[in-house]
Amino acid sequence: MAETVLETEGLTMRFGGVVAVDGVSLKVRARELRCLIGPNGAGKSTCFKCLCGLLKPTEGRVFLRGEETTGWDPHRIAALGVGIKMQVSSVMDGLSVQENIWMAARRHMDARAATDKAGEVIDRLALGAIARADLGRLAHGERQRVELGLVLAQDPWLVLLDEPAAGMTAEEVARMGDIIREMTRTAAVVVVEHDMQFIRSLASTVTVFHRGRVLVEDHVDRVMADPVVRDVYLGKGA
Amino acid sequence: MQGDARRDTGLAVILGAVLILGLPLIADTNMLTLLVVYGMLALSLGLIWGFGGILCFGQAAFFGLGAYTFAIAGINIGESTLPLILAVLVPAAAAALLGAFMFYGRLGDVYLAVITLVFSLILFRWLSTTAGPAYVIGNARLGGYNGIPGFPLLNVPGYPRWELWGDPLYYVAAAALLIVFLLVSWLLRSSFGRIAIGIRENEERVSLLGYDIRARKTVLFAIGAGIAGLAGALFAAWAEVVTPSLFGLQQSAEIIIWCIVGGLGTRFGPVLGAAVLTWVKIVLGGQGAIDNMLVMGLILVLFVLFLPRGIAPELARLWGWVTGGTRRPARRRAPRGGTADG
Repeated sequence: MAETVLETEGLTMRFGGVVAVDGVSLKVRARELRCLIGPNGAGKSTCFKCLCGLLKPTEGRVFLRGEETTGWDPHRIAALGVGIKMQVSSVMDGLSVQENIWMAARRHMDARAATDKAGEVIDRLALGAIARADLGRLAHGERQRVELGLVLAQDPWLVLLDEPAAGMTAEEVARMGDIIREMTRTAAVVVVEHDMQFIRSLASTVTVFHRGRVLVEDHVDRVMADPVVRDVYLGKGA
Repeated sequence: MQGDARRDTGLAVILGAVLILGLPLIADTNMLTLLVVYGMLALSLGLIWGFGGILCFGQAAFFGLGAYTFAIAGINIGESTLPLILAVLVPAAAAALLGAFMFYGRLGDVYLAVITLVFSLILFRWLSTTAGPAYVIGNARLGGYNGIPGFPLLNVPGYPRWELWGDPLYYVAAAALLIVFLLVSWLLRSSFGRIAIGIRENEERVSLLGYDIRARKTVLFAIGAGIAGLAGALFAAWAEVVTPSLFGLQQSAEIIIWCIVGGLGTRFGPVLGAAVLTWVKIVLGGQGAIDNMLVMGLILVLFVLFLPRGIAPELARLWGWVTGGTRRPARRRAPRGGTADG
């Protein structure tokens, strides 16, 4: 069994009277691909933010590679070797693609090595044609791809992606799937996602969130066949 | 990259030398010294605001602190070398403390602007009340509203009797500005500078890449304050008196106007903006018909409306147009950015 790289213990996040995440315990192993799914408001994005330090959980603990990181600032978590991509594409608009990716690589290597690394990532993601263009002028799909480039350039052992396929064309989604599968060769990948087709194409273990709790955790095909999950998604009988 | 940097440095040195040696032929060096000092002050804000995204409304505080430190240390020490160094370090240390408080406290941009402004106004008010003999630092009386006159001027290091004023002061100040300009250029090319620009563009993203933006912004803020402090010391050596008005609201506002008019996000723009506007102000100062601040405000409004990117980027575009458009500045954004800007 591969080592556990991400673990939460009774993770709880309350906003006033609302319990967005309620006692979630997760375990993700090295090089595993894990999708977190659930209807709107199920708490998956809030849980995601607790993992990457953007929210401080009300209760519970987070461990990354055995080290407790509960309440750490995002930059300390990222500096451990965790690649993070938020739901809304977030890049340095005024800078070029090369500059953006260089900055991600520079964190853990010197300037010259980072330049080489940026070149490598640009080739890998086929961004060569737009390497000198400012991010602010790129299309949504291209920006998403550059942001994945930022994650790749960090050489992470854990990747956290929040809705990476949102708003992309079918072709771009397919390419995104390939990139994510390739990432699992060196890193565990946790994907928060809405798009069921995309999740099916990734064919991974799925954790279903409902009302802040974990409903089921199983392989995607069995989860899809589960009548309870269907009810939750379609809003029947619950 | 390397070749670009060398060409950039070479161009700055040649252009700087030509300006330093050429301007005294057409203008009085006494006035030019003031333009140089204000140019350096504008450069300090241009660095932290234009490249670091830190809008400091109280850059005058560090300018004034530099000037007062130079005067007070000069009276106590006599020779100007150590006071000059202190005039850089004291404002930088003050900015590091204030910056750490603001950045680690995660204050938003608006609060940051307000706090820096209030910081400078507090110094202004407090120094204005220090008239009595009780307010002394060593042998230096703070002098309240009248400030501190009669401190030792800038001298050749190690020779307190060889004071620099008039033409020599101009050349020293101008050379200092050129050196600071080159250091700022180098800083912006370094990893620290490039990441600072990244922070300006998207703070959250840079922190999610694993960089501690609070520490980086604090350091950049302190560097900017150090440059402002050096400008303050040179101002003190030029004016031969320091008064609380250095910390005033008008001074703070003017620095911001210089940066906007000159061109934010460029190195040369703020220097140019400060020099041109100060010159305009001196020329207008000779007549009593129009109020100076009114003209400054009008110029600011006109620039914001018609040349929002300032003088320097437009000059660069003109240069690119004249030389056949092979150079990159500004032109790239024109096609799509044009509509968005308007």
